[in-house]
Formats: sequence, structure tokens, C-alpha cells
Amino acid sequence: MQHSVSIKDLSLNFGNVKVLEHLNLDIAQGEFIVLLGPSGCGKSTLLNCIAGLLEVSDGQIFIGGKNVTWLEPKDRGIGMVFQSYALYPQMSVERNLSFGLRVSGMPKDEIARRVARAAEILQIQPLLNRKPANLSGGQRQRVAIGRALVRDVDVFLFDEPLSNLDAKLRSDLRVEIKRLHQRLKNTMIYVTHDQIEALTLADRIAIMKNGVIQQLADPHTIYNKPTNLYVAGFIGSPSMNFINGAVDGGTFTAADGTKIPVGAYDFVASPAGSLKAVLGVRPEHILLGDAAQGMPFITAAEIEIVEPMGSETLAWTKVAGVPVTFRCSSDIPLAVGDKVNVGFDIARGSLFNAETENRL
Amino acid sequence: MSQTATMAGSAPATSGEVVEARGPRPKPFFTPRKIVIYSVLFFFSLYYLFPLYVMVVTSLKTMPEIRFGNIFALPQAPNFDAWVKAWSSACTGLNCQGLSPGFWNSVKITIPSTIVSIFIAAVNGYALINWRFKGSEIFFAILIFGSFIPYQVMLYPLVMITREMKIFGTLQAVILIHTVFGMPILTLLFRNYFASLPQELFKAARVDGAGFWRIFFEIMLPMSLPIFVVALILQITGIWNDFLFGVVFAGTQNAPMTVQLNNIVNSAQGTPEYNVNMAATVLTGLVPLAVYFISGKWFVRGIAAGAVKG
Repeated sequence: MQHSVSIKDLSLNFGNVKVLEHLNLDIAQGEFIVLLGPSGCGKSTLLNCIAGLLEVSDGQIFIGGKNVTWLEPKDRGIGMVFQSYALYPQMSVERNLSFGLRVSGMPKDEIARRVARAAEILQIQPLLNRKPANLSGGQRQRVAIGRALVRDVDVFLFDEPLSNLDAKLRSDLRVEIKRLHQRLKNTMIYVTHDQIEALTLADRIAIMKNGVIQQLADPHTIYNKPTNLYVAGFIGSPSMNFINGAVDGGTFTAADGTKIPVGAYDFVASPAGSLKAVLGVRPEHILLGDAAQGMPFITAAEIEIVEPMGSETLAWTKVAGVPVTFRCSSDIPLAVGDKVNVGFDIARGSLFNAETENRL
Repeated sequence: MSQTATMAGSAPATSGEVVEARGPRPKPFFTPRKIVIYSVLFFFSLYYLFPLYVMVVTSLKTMPEIRFGNIFALPQAPNFDAWVKAWSSACTGLNCQGLSPGFWNSVKITIPSTIVSIFIAAVNGYALINWRFKGSEIFFAILIFGSFIPYQVMLYPLVMITREMKIFGTLQAVILIHTVFGMPILTLLFRNYFASLPQELFKAARVDGAGFWRIFFEIMLPMSLPIFVVALILQITGIWNDFLFGVVFAGTQNAPMTVQLNNIVNSAQGTPEYNVNMAATVLTGLVPLAVYFISGKWFVRGIAAGAVKG
């Protein structure tokens, strides 16, 4: 199968610092890939390498089947959207959009046609004669997207495009980017540190840490079957509850001696004998009261903190001597000091090897 | 409210009754702090303005009045004869055309030197920040080191170089020297300014396919007005006030205004005409003075802009 973007054995060093090491990534035609990770994990660096703005130390990059490793950014068939918008401040919106086309010496009527189309798609026609300084943040980002759009490229690169916007605008533009992708069906590579953006937009998410892709999978798999402790802790807000202990056959024994049956858990490979392990359960997989009935593990717990969030309530308690947070409907009245029964949905939990930190 | 809170939020009014604090806090003009600040400022402005005052006043007097000795007194009958003489008929060595040829020489030196040096430095700074090449940091370090070497050390080698280039004693020679010596500080200035511009702008232009010169002229230059003003002021005043390079490299027929001023003031023949000397000095200083007055605001703004990032 022909990949839209293919990264083979890519390495990048800044002096002695290895930013990316032997990285491989194949992206299908029309796929929306999100590179997700904390700052300094190499995700923006990888994007800059794909764009041709950074020279790689080793490895190859293919775009549309063509080896572009030595090509200039303009010859790679990419358009890029930056976090700070990077609009040319002295040019009007129209000239910002057409700058790249004018540089390439395109005929005027073709430029006008493409600018008009981009402006129509992004609904920025009324802004064409304004300077970037007179635009709001959302409008600026739209123009920045338009600049990539007019180039009529196969691959769009987004470098944290929504990070400078406020929460409301961010969710609006998020939907708009998704709509744009559905309409254009281009390959899109999107860098962010915001897991909501990653989960909502991506066909597949690549979670990166220290220049290495930890897991590359669709959002559902990433969320429900994280491949290691790092991914499990990074994805999800509030984050997954972790209980240290050991697993032996069908029983997990917590550090304080609490025994939790994990027979319902779907092991990747059943460990032989006793093994130090970490049990991870997401807050929404801890059930309360009647819903807890039938769960493999039910225990009494005392509510310590209640955080009402409107649509739901987060509550803190202690299970097996460890602070644990769980989610429940805001209709359930909860107060500090309440004694409740909580049940763990072990089948949807995760077990990790405590030493290798990989999923069991 | 407790009693202490009321006390803290109130101040005794002149009539003795307590006014509750409300709105902006009153700011009395005569506070010890302000008195000290304004007296110091006043003293220093006097200190700097006094020589200028003496010069202007003396230039408006006649020689007999000057010989009388009251250098601080106002002129009895102000007249501009000394100014006219300084401009058009004072003797600089053998020529008696006043300062005017020197003025035009200075213009001929300053304008090309300023333009060439600023243009090269702007390209340098832009290349050093945005098109880093192997050894660009070392290149920059060497360039900066150049600004620490005293001019006198390089004078003789430069004389030999310009002689070998067959331009010694010409306008080209002095323009070349000014360009070379302006390079370290101007490059530093432009490099730091370009470093303060967002890097993503440069990246975006590269993705758009623009090359070295296109990005420089269409993206970077339109954003660099403040730093250009700073560079202009530095170069115009620096080159206009230069004496050493002018006297060494320009040749007598191209001697800039400063050199001719020196020849007028230090002429050995006749009695020193203090009024003409003063007028000539003020005339020579007029250009830098005007530049500072016109562009002072821009200067401060640009210096601040260029100083943000290293």
C-alpha cells in the first residue's frame, strides 16, 4: 500500500543530545495523525523534520512515495500551520494567502481563484483586505490555515495550532479543523500537548516521550488499552488510578495486603508465578452503590473530597491505602465522610509490569 | 468593620476631621523624593547646557567684547558675522573658504558609509540568526571581538591595505574604513533584533518557498524599521563626528568637517578668533544634534527592541 508520509529510521541530534532516535512512522493517505506528548518530547522537532525546516542526522522521509529527505520545504508538497500563526504582519490577509503562490510565479488569475476558494472554505472573505494586527486570534489562525490551503498540497502539518487560543475558541476551531479534514481528505499531521485535541481529532495518535513513539494506535485503543504505564498516566483527565502490588495468577495483591481478583482481566500474556505489578483503573471504571454490584472487586470506602463538575462529580477516597478518584453522576448526592461501596470494573482496567512498565 | 481597619483606610484631613479613603490616593507634589530627583535633574542639565550656552553666546559677540573677559555675559549687540565667516571665509590651512567644503565632504562620506554599512550589517545579522551555517557562532564571536580592538592598532595596516588597493587618500578609502569599523556593533544590533522576531515567521516563509533575499526584503526588512533608525543614528553621528579616519584616509581635498574645524581652531597664524571658532564648532555639531532631536523617541524604542534577546 502506498503511504502518504513515511518516516524511516529517522534520527536527529543537536550536538550530543539525541532528540529523535531511529523513529519509524507510516501514515496512510488521508489519515489524521496526532503527535502527542509533553513539551520537549520531540514531537515538534519531528514535524519540522517532515517539513524540511530541520536537517535530519540520519534516516529518510518519503512524502507521496517520493524521497524528500534532501528537498527544500517548498518542494515537499506540504503546508504548515504554526502555533504563533506566523502571519506576515505587513501584508494584508489576501497577500498573506498569496505570498507562496506569488513566490512560485503562478499566473495571477490562478492565484485569485485559489485565494477565493480558501477564503470561501474558511469563511474569511470579509477579512481579505485587513492586516493581521486587526484580526482576532481565531481569525488569524484561520488565515494561517488558509495559507496552507492555497498551496493545494497533499499533506498538512499543524504545529500546536490552537495552543494560543482561549478555551472556547479552541473547541470551536477544533471542530472546524475536523470538518476541514472531512471535506478535503488530505493527510494531516497534527502536533499537540492537549490530549482532548488528540482524542477528538485523530484517526491515530502517536504518543511520544524522549523522542520515541510509545504507542501508535487509534484513540479508543490508546485510552482503553494503553501499552505502558507512561501512556496510561498521560492520557485521561483526571488520570488513571494506580495501585502498586503484585499479581499472581488471578489475584492482585496490593501493597497493603488487599486482595483484588483480576480473573476478568484480559492479559496480553499471562505472567507465570508472582510478579510485581501496577493495577490501573480509570475514574469512570470505579462504580458506586448499586452499579458496583456484580463487579469483581467491591470495597467500602469513605469519601474524602467531592468536586462537582456540573455534568458529573469527581470524588476522592482511599482504596487499599492509596488515594483513588472516581467519577459519578452529579445526581448522586455525595458528602465528605459518606461511607459508600465502590466496585472496580477490572475487565476494563490495566495491569502493568512494575519493572518494565509494559502492559501485562 | 473593626476600629483598626477604619484607621488604616483613613487619613486626617486639613480641617482635622477624618476623610475616608476613596478613589485615587492623593499624590502631593512636594515630597522629599521628588525634590531630590528634580534638583539632581536640574543640576545636571545646567552642567551639560552651560558649555553650549557659552559657545553660542561667544559666537554672537565681537572680538573686542570677548577680550573684555565676561564669558558668561550676554552679547551687547548680537551679530552673525562670525557664523558667516566660519561657514564661508575662515582659513583652514591655506584655503580660506570656511567650513562649507568640509560640510559637503562630510556629507559625501557619511551618506554612502551609512547606507553601505547598515545594509551589509543587516544582511549579516539576518544570516547569522536565520541561516546558521557551520561556524556561524565562531564567526560572530570574532566579529564582536573586533569591536574591542583599539582603532590605533589597526591604523597602519589599514593604511598599507588601502595603499595597495590604490584608494588611499580618496573618498572610497574612508567609506570602506567606516563600513568595516561599523560592522561589529551594527551586526550585533541587527542580529539581536532579528533574534527577537518570531522564528516561525521565517519558517513559514520558507515553507512558502521564499529564498534568502526574498525573505530578507519582503518579510524581515518591513519589520525592522525601529532597528534601522537606531543604526542610522549611530552611523550618522559616529561617522560625522569621526576625526581620525577622516584625517588619515580621506586625503586633504576630501577632509571632513571635523578635520577642517580642527584646522580653523588650531591655526597658528594670527590671533585666535574665538567667536569664529565657537560658531564653527556649533555648525559642525549641528547635524548630530538635529539627528538626535528628530529621532530621539525612535532611538530609545529601537535600542530597547534590539536589546531583548542575545
